[in-house]
Amino acid sequence: MAEIRFENVKKTYGEDTIIPDMNMTIKDGSFTVIVGPSGCGKSTTLRMIAGLETQTEGNIYIGDRLVNDVSPGKRNVSMVFQNYALYPTMSVKGNIEFGLKNRKVPKAERQKLIEEVAEIVGLTPYLNKKPQKLSGGQRQRVALARAMVKKPDVFILDEPLSNLDAKLRQQMRSELVQLHAKLGTTFVYVTHDQVEAMSMGDEIVLLDQGEIMQMAPPLDLYNYPANRFTAQFIGTPPMNLVSVDQLPSAGFSEKAVEQIGFRPEKAKLRHFPGNDQFSMPCTILNRETLGSEIIYQLDTFAGKLYAKTFNEPVVDDEQLVVSVNNEDIYYFKENGRCIAPYLNRETPIKVRSTV
Amino acid sequence: MSRWLERFRPYLMVAPAIIVFVLFFIYPIGYMIYLSFHEWDFISPDKQFVGLDNFAGLSEHPEFLKSLENTFVFTFFSVGITTVLALLLALWINRPTRFYGFVQGAVFSPHIISLVSIAMLWMWLMDPQYGLLNWGLEMFGLPQSEWLASPETALYSIILVAIWKSIGFNTLIIIAGLQSIPPHLYEAAALDQSSRFTSFAKITFPMISPTLFFLIIMNLIGSFQVFETIDIMTQGGPLQSTNTLVYYIYEYGFRFFQLGYASSAGVILLIVLSILTVLYFFLMSRRVHYQ
Repeated sequence: MAEIRFENVKKTYGEDTIIPDMNMTIKDGSFTVIVGPSGCGKSTTLRMIAGLETQTEGNIYIGDRLVNDVSPGKRNVSMVFQNYALYPTMSVKGNIEFGLKNRKVPKAERQKLIEEVAEIVGLTPYLNKKPQKLSGGQRQRVALARAMVKKPDVFILDEPLSNLDAKLRQQMRSELVQLHAKLGTTFVYVTHDQVEAMSMGDEIVLLDQGEIMQMAPPLDLYNYPANRFTAQFIGTPPMNLVSVDQLPSAGFSEKAVEQIGFRPEKAKLRHFPGNDQFSMPCTILNRETLGSEIIYQLDTFAGKLYAKTFNEPVVDDEQLVVSVNNEDIYYFKENGRCIAPYLNRETPIKVRSTV
Repeated sequence: MSRWLERFRPYLMVAPAIIVFVLFFIYPIGYMIYLSFHEWDFISPDKQFVGLDNFAGLSEHPEFLKSLENTFVFTFFSVGITTVLALLLALWINRPTRFYGFVQGAVFSPHIISLVSIAMLWMWLMDPQYGLLNWGLEMFGLPQSEWLASPETALYSIILVAIWKSIGFNTLIIIAGLQSIPPHLYEAAALDQSSRFTSFAKITFPMISPTLFFLIIMNLIGSFQVFETIDIMTQGGPLQSTNTLVYYIYEYGFRFFQLGYASSAGVILLIVLSILTVLYFFLMSRRVHYQ
């Protein structure tokens, strides 16, 4: 068990700076998800923790130990790769055993550890099979078992579910969360999928172009985005943004406010304007009926907006008013920072511990 | 008419290939086997049936037995050394820099030079009096060699040329094999605290074993048929020390015009190569790892 600390870490490839200056502390025993669009440096961050890449500048600590010059094998870190990276010439047992053999664990103990771990991930009947003979989900389990058997301080997972089909992915998602609860080890999980990030992590690190946009528990990220990027990245459809220039009658006292935003799920579709601060006429352009929820695309004088309703009858009328409660409106400054709700926050949101 | 055509169309389509194959492969092999039971001088109209006399003659002929021995020695050393050296070279120069790219091209170049030119070139280099090799040995104060001129060293000199010629091609094929190994495996191994040697023994070697196996079999088949270098450099001499199976067949068939006798030696070669080929397909389907 260990926390991971980044201290002014910089990573460049030749001319390109992937990570300009990263400072963060990944809490001991947390399930931290690093999420962001492709090319944001999330995999590089992960690989630097594992020691597969070396940072150009700065220090990385695992626990109290400075690991800048520690080889990957000596960091006591286990990694699950996106394509599993199972050794194709070895049986399932051989795959799990390989790291133990290299650490000179005695045979009887190896046998015991393998049996234990195979039982946990349900691989006991397959121990003598070659990875090629297994299904995607089973290979995933082998990769997990291989990582677990070493009893690492830190578990690193690089988009481990992206090669699985939707149903299996959902199942593995909850299995991973349960596994984390059982092991209590620090998990660092990289994904580009915000659903995975929100549903699995108890701490999310949102990256863009190598910079941490926000690091917070999932619901804080959703309820109190620190900036425009976070507000737009988390949530489907993304948060609606309207420039204040297009709302002359709103009369914002604070000059610094450039845009206001609201979540599609907070938008209400009505026939007449209510008492809300924000309401504007709209027409329905498009309707996606997804069962329990309906997503509307709306056309207004301030551009296209989204609205999302839950378990409500379909609205058919063409001419409507979209309105939002005062407390659901976010204000963005020119530099993209989000103000009001973040500052007005009363009590910190409680972090979900396990599923 | 059209139904007839419909039925025979597939046969018509493969006919050209089959005709060529039968005419230039099956028929000559059959004719060789037929001739191996006869005595024939290439000119006289009648071929005399002699049963297994030709084979009996071969088994008693010291020259044939020597050529068989030479072929096996040549094959063992040229294939063995080529494979080991090519593997080491491939592991060494398999790097993505421009310099190593150039080295890879340079090592490959002997493969595209005609074997006849290579033989001539090495004859110059190996000349006992004026050759560059002896000059070099002398410079470093090492004992000189007679190279092709002595029965002790002639076969090994030819083996040296064969290795020089084939090592580049082998290296390149092994590099291709090395590059097909997913890099993630080595990263996983690094996290598993695997040493360089363990990574080689447990990951690299098993992953390229099909490539190595293919190369070894192809090299074996190739070196059993060694001919050009021998014909140009030594003509089987001195004192039969470089006489090999194919050269023996050539001499008896086309110098001494004992076609039946030469054919029986050809049958022996055919048997050896067939065994190797069957072995290849048998082992390939069972023992060696393929993904």
